[in-house]
Amino acid sequence: MKAAVIVFPGSNCDRDMAEGLRKAGADVEMVWHKDTDLPAGVDLVAVPGGFSFGDYLRCGAIAANSPACQALVRHVERGGYALGVCNGFQVLTETRLLPGALMRNAGLKFLCKPVGLTVATSDSAFTSGYNAGQVLNVPIAHHDGNYFVDDETLAALHGEDRIAFTYAQNPNGSRDDIAGVLSANRRVLGMMPHPERAIEDLHGGTDGRALFAGLVGRFVAA
Amino acid sequence: MKARVEVMLKAGVLDPQGEAVRAALGSLGFAGVNGVRQGKVIELDLAETDAASAEATVRQMCEKLLANTVIESYRISLS
Repeated sequence: MKAAVIVFPGSNCDRDMAEGLRKAGADVEMVWHKDTDLPAGVDLVAVPGGFSFGDYLRCGAIAANSPACQALVRHVERGGYALGVCNGFQVLTETRLLPGALMRNAGLKFLCKPVGLTVATSDSAFTSGYNAGQVLNVPIAHHDGNYFVDDETLAALHGEDRIAFTYAQNPNGSRDDIAGVLSANRRVLGMMPHPERAIEDLHGGTDGRALFAGLVGRFVAA
Repeated sequence: MKARVEVMLKAGVLDPQGEAVRAALGSLGFAGVNGVRQGKVIELDLAETDAASAEATVRQMCEKLLANTVIESYRISLS
């Protein structure tokens, strides 16, 4: 699989994201936010965590309008895969590739700790390496992870089995404990927890590995 | 021409920062504050001199960047 990781001023999980993908066997290229085109033949575009453009105005708002993100939107419209983690999830909602928005944590505090993350569906390239109902140990690190979505969209997310992950114990006020959601065609995942920070024993756990392995495995099998 | 854009969380969307301010006002002894909503103000200095045209452009700016209309509403005033 060929993957691209977009790098913005303020990205700080870009190399961790690339490492997660490479360790799973992907061929990874970094893409600068000013690049107007993605490398040829890219299967997956990953938007990493961090504080793109200092989170000025709103988290992810300025990044979502960058040339590289406009290329990402075209990639997804063509049926390509995309993964957004933390700030990357905020960017994907700002581009409207994923529904909803991420608001300030209900407790108003920046949260940085491991959380229990329940796999809500195994029916996607991102979650096929897990069993539905399985509880993972994955870290969060965010100030604006409170997922908001209106009632109608929330019902659609439930009805279409598009909630990928929920928090075992809601840390930030997210509606229905949502920690990650899929696009309608299940090829775009946005999630607040950091699977790329849970791939080495040194990280304190390796529960994030199967996400990258499942994703890359999808392309090897095809 | 100057444009002033007020961006607020939509009614019905919980505003955690507004709630924190409300609680702080209560603990300072200000009784009777039933609700606080916190938003932001963005001032634009525009080269445009035609009000209608300026408003249309600022509206596009709001829809594209200045507000996230999933959770926020905006109000434009020109002077």
